[in-house]
Amino acid sequence: MSANTVAITAEQYNYDIVKKFAIMAMVWGLLGMSAGLYIASELAWPFMNFDIAEITFGRLRPVHTSLVIFGFGGSALFATSYYVVQRTCQTVLWGGKWLPEFTFWGWQLSIGIGVILYMMGYTEAREYAEFVWPVDLGILVTWVAYAMVFFMTIRNRSQPHIYVALWFYSAFILATAILHIFNNLAVPVAWNSLDSYSLFSGVQDAMTQWWYGHNAVGFFLTAAFLGMMYYFLPKQAERPIYSYRLSIVHFWALTFLYMWVGGHHLLWTALPDWVGSLASAFSILLLLPSWGGMINGIMTLSGAWEKLRSDPIMLFMITAMAFYGMSTFEGPMMSLKSVNALSHYTDWTIGHVHSGALGWVAMITIGSFYHMVPRLWGTKLYSTKLVFTHFWIATIGIVLYIVSMWVAGIGQGLMLRAFDQYGNLAYTFVETVTFMHIPYVVRALGGAMFLSGMLLMAYNLYMTVWGTRREVLPVADQSAIAVSRT
Amino acid sequence: MKHESIEINSALLIILTMVVISIGGLVEIVPLFHIKGTVEKVDGIHPYTPLEQLGRDVYTREGCYLCHSQMIRPFRDEQLRYGHYSLAAESQYDHPFQWGSKRTGPDLARVGGKYSNEWMTQHLIHPQSLVPESIMPSYPWLMQPLQYGDIEARMKALRDVGVPYSINQTEYEANVQKFGKAMADQFVISNGVASVKQEAAAQNWDGNPKEITQMDALVAYLQVLGTMVDFSKYNQGYFSTFR
Repeated sequence: MSANTVAITAEQYNYDIVKKFAIMAMVWGLLGMSAGLYIASELAWPFMNFDIAEITFGRLRPVHTSLVIFGFGGSALFATSYYVVQRTCQTVLWGGKWLPEFTFWGWQLSIGIGVILYMMGYTEAREYAEFVWPVDLGILVTWVAYAMVFFMTIRNRSQPHIYVALWFYSAFILATAILHIFNNLAVPVAWNSLDSYSLFSGVQDAMTQWWYGHNAVGFFLTAAFLGMMYYFLPKQAERPIYSYRLSIVHFWALTFLYMWVGGHHLLWTALPDWVGSLASAFSILLLLPSWGGMINGIMTLSGAWEKLRSDPIMLFMITAMAFYGMSTFEGPMMSLKSVNALSHYTDWTIGHVHSGALGWVAMITIGSFYHMVPRLWGTKLYSTKLVFTHFWIATIGIVLYIVSMWVAGIGQGLMLRAFDQYGNLAYTFVETVTFMHIPYVVRALGGAMFLSGMLLMAYNLYMTVWGTRREVLPVADQSAIAVSRT
Repeated sequence: MKHESIEINSALLIILTMVVISIGGLVEIVPLFHIKGTVEKVDGIHPYTPLEQLGRDVYTREGCYLCHSQMIRPFRDEQLRYGHYSLAAESQYDHPFQWGSKRTGPDLARVGGKYSNEWMTQHLIHPQSLVPESIMPSYPWLMQPLQYGDIEARMKALRDVGVPYSINQTEYEANVQKFGKAMADQFVISNGVASVKQEAAAQNWDGNPKEITQMDALVAYLQVLGTMVDFSKYNQGYFSTFR
C-alpha cells in the first residue's frame, strides 16, 4: 500500500484509539514480562522474595498472568480489532470519539487497579480470574461497551461481506463475555468490602473455573489472535488467505469444540470421570481445527517462501503459526489420561502454556505490530535489522524456556512416581525441588532473553514513531501524536 | 443454506456463534449440580469453623494455591505420599475451591495433623530453618494480629452461597442434628466473634497466647485439612462407586 493511501485513511478512520491501545499493549507487555522474569527468578533464587509480602511469589504471579494476558494480550486485541474492523468494513469506528475512549480507560484502569490490589492481598483466588468483584464489574461494563462499538461498526459496514478475521474477533468478544460473567459469580462480604465468596463450591466451582480457564486460552488467546492472523498475515505476505473453505470449517469447529475441553485440567481429580473423558475426547478432536488454522496461515505464504529470508516480520508470523501448531499438538497429547497423570501439577504445563503464549500469542502480536505501527503513524519502520535481532533473541529464549520446563516437569513427574526395590517411594518431595533448580535458572534465562527482545522492539517502535525525521504528516496526525505523548 | 448468508448477516453470525459456544458448557457443567453421586455420600464433612475460615482467607490472600494443590489423585505414589485420594465431598464447603493446578510444593489436601502447630508456625515464618532446600517464601508478617471484626459478614456471605451457618433456631437445630452440638454452636453467625476468640484461646496455635494472629487462623485451617473423613469406616471399593 502506498504512503498516499495511508495518509488518506488515517484521517478517515479512528486511528487515535488504535494507537493508544497499541502503546498500552507495549507498556503492559514490558511490565508483565518483567513480573514474569522476577517470579521465575524467585523460584530459582528464593531470597528474592525478600520477606516483603507484596512481592512474594504467591501475590506477584497473578500480577504476571493478568498483565500479560489482559494487559498485553487484551490491549493488543483491542488495538488490532479496532484497526481491522474499520479497515475491512471500510467504515469509521462506531460510538463517536467517547465510547471507544471509554473502553480504553475502562480496560486500563481495571487492569491497573486490579493488579495493585493483588499485591495488597486482594484476590478471588481463581487462576486467571483473580480480579476482585468491583474490578470484575468494571471489566464487564467495559466489555459491553466494546461489544457495542465492535458489532455496531460491523453493522455500519460499507460492503456486504464480513471478513473472516471479524468472525474470530466476534467469537472472542461473545465467549469472553459469557465466561467472565459465569466464572465470577460471587457474593461480596459487604458492599464496601473487596472480598467475596464464589457462588459455587468444590467440584462444580472447579469445573466452572476450568471451563473459564481453558476458554480464556481458547477464545482470548487463540480465537482472537487467529483473527489477528487472518488479517495481518495475508497483508504482510501480500497474498490472499490459502483456503477460504478451510477458514469456514475451522472457525465453526474451533468455536464449538473449545468449550468442551476445560475438564482436561481436572483429570484424575474428584471431578466425575464422565466429564474428564468427554473433555479428553474433545481435546483430541480439537487438534483438527487447530491445525486447520495453522495450515491456512502457513500455506498462505506458499509460492512466496523467499520472504522468510528477507522479511523478518513474516518470519515472526510464520514462526508464530509453527508454535501454534506445536502447542496445539502438545495440548491434546497432555489431555490423554496416561500422559496427564505424569504432566499434571508439574512445570510441563507451565512450559506448554508458554510455548503458546510466547511462541504463538506474543509472536503473532509482535509481527502484527511491526506491520501496523508504521502504518498507523504514517512512517517507515526504523530498523529492519533490529527486527531480525529481536526474532532470534525471542526464538532462542522461547526454546530455552520450553526445554527447561520439559526437563523440570517430566523429571519431577518421574521422580515423584519412582519406587525403590522394596516398593517405597524413591524420592522425597523436596528432592524434586532440588532437582528443579537448574531448569529454573535456565527458564529465567530464556525469559530474560524474550524480555530483552521486547525491549528492542519498544526501542525500534519508539524510534519509528518519534525518533526519526520524517516527511511532513497531515495535521490531524500530528495532533494525535501530541495527545498520545501527554 | 449457503455459508455466505451468514457472512453477510451480522445478527445471524452472532446468534449462531452464541449457540455453538454455549453447548459444551451446558452439557458438562449443568449436570454436575443435578447428578446424585457427583458429591459422594460420606459422614464427617462439616463447614469450617469461623477461625478456620479466616485462616482459609489468609491462604487465598497469599496465593498459596499457586504452588500447593489440594487434590490428591488415585495413584499409588500419591496414596503413599499424601494419603487417601481426595473426595468431591471434602471440598463441598470450599468457596472458592482450592484444588490448585501446580505442585511447586507438596499437596496440602491432607496436611492436617501431620505436623505439630509449632512446626507449622516455624515453617511458615522461615521454611528454610526446617527444610533447608525449600524454595518457599518466608511469611513473618503472619504473626500480626488477625482482623476478625467482619467475621459475621463473612459468615453471612458464605451462608448466602450455601454454607449452613445458622441465623435462627431452626437452622441451628438442623446443624445440631447434622454436625453435633459443639460444632453447631460455632456455626451460629451472631456468635462469630466470640467463636473466633474461643477457638484461638482453646489451642495455642502459634505459641503466642497474648494475641489472635493471622498465624493462629492459618494454622487452624491447615490442621483441619483432610481430617474430616474417617476412611477406616468405609471399605475400599465404596468411594469408587461414585466415580
